[in-house]
Amino acid sequence: MNEAAWSGAKETWKALKDSERPVIYLGVASCGRAAGALAVKGAIQSQLKSRSIDARIVDVGCIGPCFMEPLVYIQLPGGPPVVYANVTVAEASRLVDEVIDGGAHITERAIGVLADAPMWGLPRFFDHPMLAPQVRLVLRNCGLIDPTSIEHYLAMDGYLGLKNALAKTPEQVIEEVAASGLRGRGGAGFSTGMKWKLCRDAPGDVKYLICNADEGNPGTFVNRTLLEGDPHAVLEGMVIAAYAIGASLGFIYIRHEYPLVREYIHKATLDMRRIGLLGDNIMDSGFDFDIQIRTGALAFVCGEETALMASVMGHRGMPKPRPPFPATSGLWGKPTNINNTETMGTVPLVLRMGGASYAKYGIKGSSGTKTFSLGGKVRNTGCIEVPMGTPLRNIVFDIGGGVAKGKSFKAVQTGGPSGGCVPSSLIDTGVDYEKLTNLGAIMGSGGLIVMDEDTCMVDMARYFLSFTQDESCGKCVPCRIGTKRMLEILERITQGEGDVDDILRLEGLCETINKGSLCGLGQTAPNPILTTLRYFRNEYDAHIIEKRCPARTCKALMRFEILAEKCTGCDDCRGICAPGAISGEPGIPHAIDQSKCTKCGVCQDVCPPKNSAVARMDNVDREADQ
Amino acid sequence: MKHAHQNQCLDRTERNCSEDTAKKLSTIFLKYRKDKDDLLSILQDIQDEFGYLSEEAIHLLSKEIRISENEIYGVATFYAIFRFEKPAEHRITVCMGTACYVNGADKILDEAEQKLGIKTGQTTEDGKISIGHVFCNGCCGHAPVVVVDNEVSGGWTPTKLDKTIDKLKEGSP
Repeated sequence: MNEAAWSGAKETWKALKDSERPVIYLGVASCGRAAGALAVKGAIQSQLKSRSIDARIVDVGCIGPCFMEPLVYIQLPGGPPVVYANVTVAEASRLVDEVIDGGAHITERAIGVLADAPMWGLPRFFDHPMLAPQVRLVLRNCGLIDPTSIEHYLAMDGYLGLKNALAKTPEQVIEEVAASGLRGRGGAGFSTGMKWKLCRDAPGDVKYLICNADEGNPGTFVNRTLLEGDPHAVLEGMVIAAYAIGASLGFIYIRHEYPLVREYIHKATLDMRRIGLLGDNIMDSGFDFDIQIRTGALAFVCGEETALMASVMGHRGMPKPRPPFPATSGLWGKPTNINNTETMGTVPLVLRMGGASYAKYGIKGSSGTKTFSLGGKVRNTGCIEVPMGTPLRNIVFDIGGGVAKGKSFKAVQTGGPSGGCVPSSLIDTGVDYEKLTNLGAIMGSGGLIVMDEDTCMVDMARYFLSFTQDESCGKCVPCRIGTKRMLEILERITQGEGDVDDILRLEGLCETINKGSLCGLGQTAPNPILTTLRYFRNEYDAHIIEKRCPARTCKALMRFEILAEKCTGCDDCRGICAPGAISGEPGIPHAIDQSKCTKCGVCQDVCPPKNSAVARMDNVDREADQ
Repeated sequence: MKHAHQNQCLDRTERNCSEDTAKKLSTIFLKYRKDKDDLLSILQDIQDEFGYLSEEAIHLLSKEIRISENEIYGVATFYAIFRFEKPAEHRITVCMGTACYVNGADKILDEAEQKLGIKTGQTTEDGKISIGHVFCNGCCGHAPVVVVDNEVSGGWTPTKLDKTIDKLKEGSP
């Protein structure tokens, strides 16, 4: 590994950009695949073949705007890539025929160019309202390079951070990371520099490193986006961290649901070994380090560091009391450093730009940027990156484009099952570790789920408790039995069988479980209840006292009705109703037999918007605001 | 008594374990040290190969790495990924991650349960279709997400699932 590797990679990259053949970039990360990207790829390939067109296809990850997938960018010789969004299989052949074979872009169909300035009347893609407010540091390469190509990463100045690190002493590397103010992106927000120093200073010849890629929070996919878009960034961070703490072996613990990540990381580590970035004497520095891949097996608790270590060692993933902390006694009793995927992915940047330069991003106390996965009832879904301190309002309404389907915003949930719901009145809060914690929510690993007027907050608390109760490992009593009791109470309330003392029981349990649980899973399990009680107490009261679900979501407390004055008898709903609960003749208003209705809501989905004849009613016959 | 039990197990193994299974297992064992620390990885490989952890596979593994079957089951049952029975021909897994849930995933799961007359985690009597749920596939931008066999896709509705089940039922037996 020498200077020639970077110059060679840059030439390869330039050759791709100056290619005389058309180049088709396809976003084939897991999210793209879920939207049908592989079918689109197959259609493009077969059309190219049938027309004998010589074009190159490059697989890339996801830039972030999942709602635009499948994303295809086409680069014609001499021009920049032009972005086509939501490409269907049917359109694929048209793109091949008209754009690639015809040699001219369909500007009314394209949504932007990947260039420094607008072209052909098309805006820069990165000026799109979802992308313009973002600051992409850790995600900078995602969706732009081939994640399976180490050359592409090197062309983007990859591994220069490692080169800089190896020119320093391990202590200087730790100082640089400390100067950046980088804090753990897994949610706890512990200083990365401090964590490394603790492990560096711990006595012992053998030390280990773990990258936690067990992204288990439901509604979170920031680590997947990074690992599927730019796997080398994370691996480079691991090598730097290992050098800093003095580890000879590292593990990357990848979530079971991410098979593509495993594939990419496996390929990346092979490439690294091939050119001397893993193994003995890395970059001729005398430093030896290797990485092994471990796969999770569907256990949320393994995100907790002591449970994760047990799982890496092949055991049941049960947490242990701390101290001893992993920094002094971790894997096989040796000092071990564990960092989150995003933290690892940020480290190379810090070493490349310098800690002080990185610290200029974000705000005092929470430096840098943070990635978030934006989902739920928001218009623009996807993975985003913003400077710390960015107000939630900007994230939800500017980047996210506001609430989908014209509904009104109710809350945004941060931090998954360990986090909480921030109500609309506090939407101007900036995202940083302390501010979110003060609200009772947490930064967490980056899940942001937007909720609208149709989301019942009591039911959300019940949902999260069903998750934590399911995932509790059962080792300690407060978590094992406490989450079960809390879930039972919430189930009672959402079924209209709660009583006024249930709130007191919940509050008491929340305190006990928070204080008495062994690990973070149990300690934070009450958070979804505490924040909904704090900000949406009226919804609890409505369920308990009035036996009414204000969002008309809890099945036991709502029903669907066809409004005779609006129903035209179009008959769309009758045929589709699986339990056969709808009666009526074409042209005559229909009706729902409540004894047969399973409340699946399909009738409301198929009712033509101009009629909107199916209404959700609560038990006092108040119709939901449409 | 202990000795007698071991003999019984050996007999059973000789009776039940096909040559093919034993061969596949020994290929997996060769990849690892005979070490307890590799247990989880070995179990994952066995499930990848056979689709589930059969009694005979666990028995052979126990002999191979000299850990009691009880201990192996202790680890295997802790992790939700492991199956102990032959999987159904088709598996429908509804994502119940937060983004999917707020977008109506529970209604999709209800539809599957009602349509097939089974509960989550169960398989139809003919062994053809099973339904399950998972907490998040990380494709939240396309919620609600359903995994049919191994294919993850988004934008599901109860109606779409209804039609998919019909197609799976019609498929080859």
